[in-house]
Amino acid sequence: MTAFFQSLGLSYEWAWTVATLTGIIVISLLVMFSVAMVIYVDRKVLGAIMMRRGPNVVGPFGLLQSFADGLKVFLQETIIPSAANKGIFLLAPIITFTVALAAWAVIPFSAGVVLADVNVGLLYILAISSMGVYGVVMAGWASNSKYPFFSAMRASAQMISYEVSIGFVLVCVVLFAGTFNMSGIVEAQRGFGFGLINGYVVHPLLFPMWVVFFISSLAETARAPFDLTEAESELVAGYQTEYSSMSFALFWLGEYANILLMCSLNTLLFWGGWLPPLDWAPLYFVPGIVWFLLKTFAFFLMFSWIWATVPRYRYDQLMRLGWKVFLPMSLMFVVVTSGWLMATGHFDSTAPTAPANTADFVQAAPAQATAERGQS
Amino acid sequence: MIQAIAFYFFATIVVASAVMVVMARNPVHSVLWLILTFFNAAGLMVLVGAEFIAMLLVIVYVGAVAVLFLFVVMMLDIDLAAMRAGFSRNAPLGLLIAAVLLAELLLAVGAYSAGGLSLGSPDGAAVQAADKSNIEALGALLYGRYIALFEIAGIILLVAMIGAIVLTFQAPKPGARARQDVGKQTRRRPEDATVMKNPEIGQGVEL
Repeated sequence: MTAFFQSLGLSYEWAWTVATLTGIIVISLLVMFSVAMVIYVDRKVLGAIMMRRGPNVVGPFGLLQSFADGLKVFLQETIIPSAANKGIFLLAPIITFTVALAAWAVIPFSAGVVLADVNVGLLYILAISSMGVYGVVMAGWASNSKYPFFSAMRASAQMISYEVSIGFVLVCVVLFAGTFNMSGIVEAQRGFGFGLINGYVVHPLLFPMWVVFFISSLAETARAPFDLTEAESELVAGYQTEYSSMSFALFWLGEYANILLMCSLNTLLFWGGWLPPLDWAPLYFVPGIVWFLLKTFAFFLMFSWIWATVPRYRYDQLMRLGWKVFLPMSLMFVVVTSGWLMATGHFDSTAPTAPANTADFVQAAPAQATAERGQS
Repeated sequence: MIQAIAFYFFATIVVASAVMVVMARNPVHSVLWLILTFFNAAGLMVLVGAEFIAMLLVIVYVGAVAVLFLFVVMMLDIDLAAMRAGFSRNAPLGLLIAAVLLAELLLAVGAYSAGGLSLGSPDGAAVQAADKSNIEALGALLYGRYIALFEIAGIILLVAMIGAIVLTFQAPKPGARARQDVGKQTRRRPEDATVMKNPEIGQGVEL
């Protein structure tokens, strides 16, 4: 996109600035729009499973329900509890929302369609998602109310527990891909299964890791059956109890943006991202972004389905699953995977290709930049 | 130009929030300022091209260590009056520590302005950092040249971890409540726990 703005007669620096800002705005708007639509889908799926109609009044098939809800919360009064710690109380939803959007910077929607193609993309996502807990913890503490506080305690323990196993799962993927760059990880999955299937999930060492990752992503986003931070029967509405109006809506949007992010991470890391399911030429006529969105949406349907069918975990069960099942299992798989890759000579055979890809991604940008500067 | 602006931006926030860590009256605010300091320090790391270290700083310190800090500090019962009660008693010790720190700072700045001490730079022959990404360069050094130090550090951490577990582990006392067996709990079915009774009218149920 920088090149396009340069063709309009801007210097490289300005073209880069304008292109990046445009990219940020476009991605944020699209993510917000998909969050609105996905909330509608969530309610429709829940309604269908409960044999209800779900939202069907506002707009055709109730499609505008989320926008009506958004308008409603926007017009409500923002109430700040008098005993609350005002600054932190208002900062918490902003942090949740910002962090949820910031992670999308390194998500490749299609080949080359990514805002920041950095070579530590996966680590960036891990870092940003580990920041997400602060919104919840600060909201819980600043509300100065016992239910939000319990919720904040639960959230911080839960997110730390599951991030550990997510980290090990990511190490397994990175061992196969040989790069932390998101586009590089997707490209490494091309024809991975028997030269035919695009996706890491077919490998017997990576399929269990995908299962661990999927369940951990449910826990990481505090989604049912791990929604102990906002368990209605115990904690009213958890950390959001004291929030109203837009500050509440920011939590809500941030939460769904995080869920979509986790769905897209499942797609990118294990199911071939924007690549079609099979490495077969006619399938490549469908644009990559269509495959990416379809896969992400399929994962979101699984999230909704699980929400509607699985009962909530007890807190001790949640901790047991994280620390006593997933952590030893993923740790063992890191050892087994690296041993397997050493034994099969994966690093010898792919060493020229995989790091070469990374190097292309990393070095292409400055080289291109100097070339473009030379032209202007 | 942009680098200079970014550097001074991050550096100012780092110093200012570090001051606020000490100055804030509420310990929770202190921890939040500390998190801001970590985050902006990571920004400085990105500026010098150490993006891997920057990400690790955020993941480890912001994502885990500071969360645990906050976890503990949030649960404290903060009574500012009681905290200030021992001021006159602790003042001499505090002043002493402050004086030592100030002396060290002055010493360091003085020594630096007198000319940097050359301790010998690590020779770059072991790894050609120029054409490698951060992670590869670090990996080549850690698993090649400094493998012994790296492993020793790992073993020390392992010992510390096991030590912490040993210190906090309490063996279940005999006669204590039965421990939960998750497998047994999930295997339990309605048929095992309930019976269907269909008593005659006027007759009670014997349980």
